[in-house]
Amino acid sequence: MSLSEADVAALVLTVELAGLTTAILFVLGTPLAWWLARTRCRCKGPIAAVVAMPLVLPPTVLGFYLLQAMGPHGPVGQFTQWLGLGTLPFTFAGLVVASVFYSLPFMVQPLQNAFESLGERPLEVAATLRAAPLDAFFTVAVPMAWPGFVTAGILSFAHTVGEFGVVLMIGGNIPGVTRVASVQIYDHVEALAYDDAHALSAVLLAFSFLVLLAVYGWRPRAVHSS
Amino acid sequence: MTALQLMLFGVAMLFAQAGFAARITVAAAADLKFAMEEIVAAFRQANPADEVEVIYGSSGKFHAQIRNGAPYDLFFSADILYPRELVQAGLAASEVIPYARGRIVLWSATLQADKLTLATLADPGITRVAIANPRHAPYGRRAEEALRAAGLWETVRPKLVYGENIAQTAQFVQSGSAQVGIIALALALNPQLARQGGHWLIPEHLHTPLEQGFILTRRARGNALARRFADFMQSPTVSTVMRKYGFQLPGE
Repeated sequence: MSLSEADVAALVLTVELAGLTTAILFVLGTPLAWWLARTRCRCKGPIAAVVAMPLVLPPTVLGFYLLQAMGPHGPVGQFTQWLGLGTLPFTFAGLVVASVFYSLPFMVQPLQNAFESLGERPLEVAATLRAAPLDAFFTVAVPMAWPGFVTAGILSFAHTVGEFGVVLMIGGNIPGVTRVASVQIYDHVEALAYDDAHALSAVLLAFSFLVLLAVYGWRPRAVHSS
Repeated sequence: MTALQLMLFGVAMLFAQAGFAARITVAAAADLKFAMEEIVAAFRQANPADEVEVIYGSSGKFHAQIRNGAPYDLFFSADILYPRELVQAGLAASEVIPYARGRIVLWSATLQADKLTLATLADPGITRVAIANPRHAPYGRRAEEALRAAGLWETVRPKLVYGENIAQTAQFVQSGSAQVGIIALALALNPQLARQGGHWLIPEHLHTPLEQGFILTRRARGNALARRFADFMQSPTVSTVMRKYGFQLPGE
């Protein structure tokens, strides 16, 4: 039982996709989570609901809408074509866009929880010490919410690795471009290549166990430090 | 009779009902999507009490699923090799019954496909070509064979996107995300797809014939409805539908 070149390529691609998605989510998700944690706006409820929707929606719904929107006749597709970028389905960039939507709640929710648990006090203290809001955010909020960032990053990464339905619908199964590990396993099973399916599945099984171990192993220390 | 006994009796009756209602599940290759709907509608008209449920997918997937005990009574494969293997494995309740021979075509929703040839796929203007996954979809395997036979495989390969089955492949093309696809003639002849442009028939000598066959699975042994449905497949009504969708019938 060993991994073929194609399996390794699929794993590498999966890690690239999950890594890039997580990086983008840190950039987009942090301000969003911060805003959700602190706003008193009445629109908080609807926006929090939209962020959480990928938790509930079947991936096929997301895949279908993305395919429609990013195809040559959809609004996003028209825009990317106007920019001279072509269309996003069947491209790595398309998968990244889909994954950002798909994993958004896994980034925002842990961060929001971490920010909410800080309370007003530390930032008020920072303000009295004449720290500007942005300064206070980076020197006070981020270090204190650090465990939240670790959890959010790990979960976003792991959830993207576990993506399947959306990729199957908008990926087109191209080796080295959109054929991620989960799709590769599906292909192995369909082709009755059970040995190959076993090898790759075992890798993902070990990976997900280690990830969850890291998340749950982190928690007690997080509680301890706060 | 206590309330509990009454309830259990009711539940038992429900199960008994389910047991007696004649109902079969058919696993059909995705190229049959439109033809099979008409066939089932005709069958239901003649047998209004019977339920026929059809699930569409790639033949390779169904083959794998039946080996693992999937609850299908009949299996219509786009490649006769899969049902043959199931017969050899003792998983069938009938011989393999050939029902059609399929063809592959070039189809496009954006280009005039009847003016295309395989060589057109090498044009730099064509950036994405959809085929079904050759590993487990018979139409995908024939598409690969035809591209290799035409000496175009290495040129076209970087443009290929792979559909999970032939219906998803057609959907990739229909949405315009792939400019051209190699799909089943049976799908290209469906009015909805035919309206979006013609097709170009890929010469049959470029690939091994798409001999299609079906079986009753072991689970359907002694199932009268499954047997009746299998017999219905040999009827003139079905032959008319199959011809309409571009299938050649056995012996033609």
